Amino acid sequence: MFVKQLTVFLENKVGSLQEITDILRENNINVFSISLADTSEYGLLRMIVSNPELGREQLCNAGISARLTDVIAVRLENRVGTLAELFNVIAGADIGIEYMYAMATSKTGAMILKTNNQEKTIAALQAARIHILDENTMYHLQ
Amino acid sequence: MTALQSARLVKLVNRVYHNVEYYRKKMQQVGLEPGDIKGIEDITKLPFTTKNDLRDNYPFGLFAVPKTEIVRVHASSGTTGKATVVGYTRRDIEVWQECVARTISMADLGKDDIIQIAYGYGLFTGGLGAHYGAENLGATVVPMSTGNTKKLVTMMVDFGVTGIMCTPSYLLHIAEVIDEMGQMDNIKLKAAICGAEPWTEKMRLQIEEKLHIRAHDIYGLSEVMGPGVACDCKYHKGLHIAEDHFLPEIVDADTLEPVADGVTGELVFSTLTKEGIPLIRYRTKDLTSITHETCECGRTTARLSRFKGRSDDMLIIRGVNVFPSQIEAALLELGETTPHYLMIVDRVNNLDSLEVQVEVEERFFSDEIKELEKLTKKIATAIQHAIGLAVKVKLVAPKTIERSMGKSVHVIDNRKFD
Repeated sequence: MFVKQLTVFLENKVGSLQEITDILRENNINVFSISLADTSEYGLLRMIVSNPELGREQLCNAGISARLTDVIAVRLENRVGTLAELFNVIAGADIGIEYMYAMATSKTGAMILKTNNQEKTIAALQAARIHILDENTMYHLQ
Repeated sequence: MTALQSARLVKLVNRVYHNVEYYRKKMQQVGLEPGDIKGIEDITKLPFTTKNDLRDNYPFGLFAVPKTEIVRVHASSGTTGKATVVGYTRRDIEVWQECVARTISMADLGKDDIIQIAYGYGLFTGGLGAHYGAENLGATVVPMSTGNTKKLVTMMVDFGVTGIMCTPSYLLHIAEVIDEMGQMDNIKLKAAICGAEPWTEKMRLQIEEKLHIRAHDIYGLSEVMGPGVACDCKYHKGLHIAEDHFLPEIVDADTLEPVADGVTGELVFSTLTKEGIPLIRYRTKDLTSITHETCECGRTTARLSRFKGRSDDMLIIRGVNVFPSQIEAALLELGETTPHYLMIVDRVNNLDSLEVQVEVEERFFSDEIKELEKLTKKIATAIQHAIGLAVKVKLVAPKTIERSMGKSVHVIDNRKFD
């Protein structure tokens, strides 16, 4: 039930993001969601893309540190209270969130999550009937 | 002097030939018998000794006396993981004290003075070497060590300290703290004896002007003895060598042939009187020149000109000897990064800083910042263990550290020594 996140190590310097997005464009890879975690010295770029394997391969070929990480994509309806429901389930199962970021296409809204216990998170979400997006759905989003 | 040096050299060669297997083998290899060395004119017949020889015989292989005779050991950085260990007999400690006492006299300090020792105490020869020398002279010694500069300044004022021994960069830092504490008019400092790291004439004058004192340049290295091998007098026309104990030579760093007075080359020492770990033609890798002219102060000992650098890649950071190869060894041992690294040495507010940039490869990095921070810390700790200095580690993208065709560029030294 996991989806692959493309994680990229970035040095803090002008042009490093551009280099990555250029490579993704050249390979016809669509970026659904992007999040940048920054420190004073470097950044971590986390992305949900239409073809993570190809993205990783092409970035690595260009000498960029990139790897795939399992994350959970939770579909969120566009109404009041969905985030509260999600976090109630997670906190209720005593799970900590390592990081998260939002994703929105024209038709789908989602929250991308990485927790300190991924398997348990899936089980807790399923038990609460919260909609988890699988890989097949994810990479073909409109 | 030549007669004394010759007599001592003959004795030294006999001693090491009979007591140290390493020297015996090395002399036998070139077909030398102790009897072939009749005086210092024969010195060039003898093979050289290097830091690597000390490493290969780690820890005590080059000691020339039974271990019961060794009363102390000191150690400095080796070129890789292993330290360079030296041992002293009671007599060696006495000679060392006397040599350091001579340097303190050269700085016009004596038994009526109160001297702060602000070198690190411990395996490093700076602290204990300076301490014993000052005590031997009869001065009142304040063993400050390094670290708490405000306390040092407070005591400097309260005790009426008249002399200080420390690294020149630390003294400039101390001067700033004195200023900050508004105590510049309350210090009684007359002279400083500074060494253990390269510094320039400009820096020496800067210290003199700032603190209204005389600043003297002391030289030494643990393999040969420690501080006190040479020091400049109040005329500052070169460093007087204690050549009754340490026979100097200057050789061309490439051909290893002796060069004339005034010509820059690599400094080589033979320890004429040392018992614990006597060294024959030890290559210091320090570049300088020598003069035998009598100094204005009246001393007739040979003098070394200001040091002009190193013939190897050793760096001296905050008085600590650092070899880039140590960093590489630490990274390889850790096994969690590539061994590609870049050292950036700088001097900020008169204190040396060391940043090590390490490339993060795909297989080593994580999607979580806290894991990367853990990795950074781990690398910093490993390097700190290896070189004995705190470092700042910076993770950089792969392939960003320059690789040259031959020797890769591992060091950027932004400190100015001229």
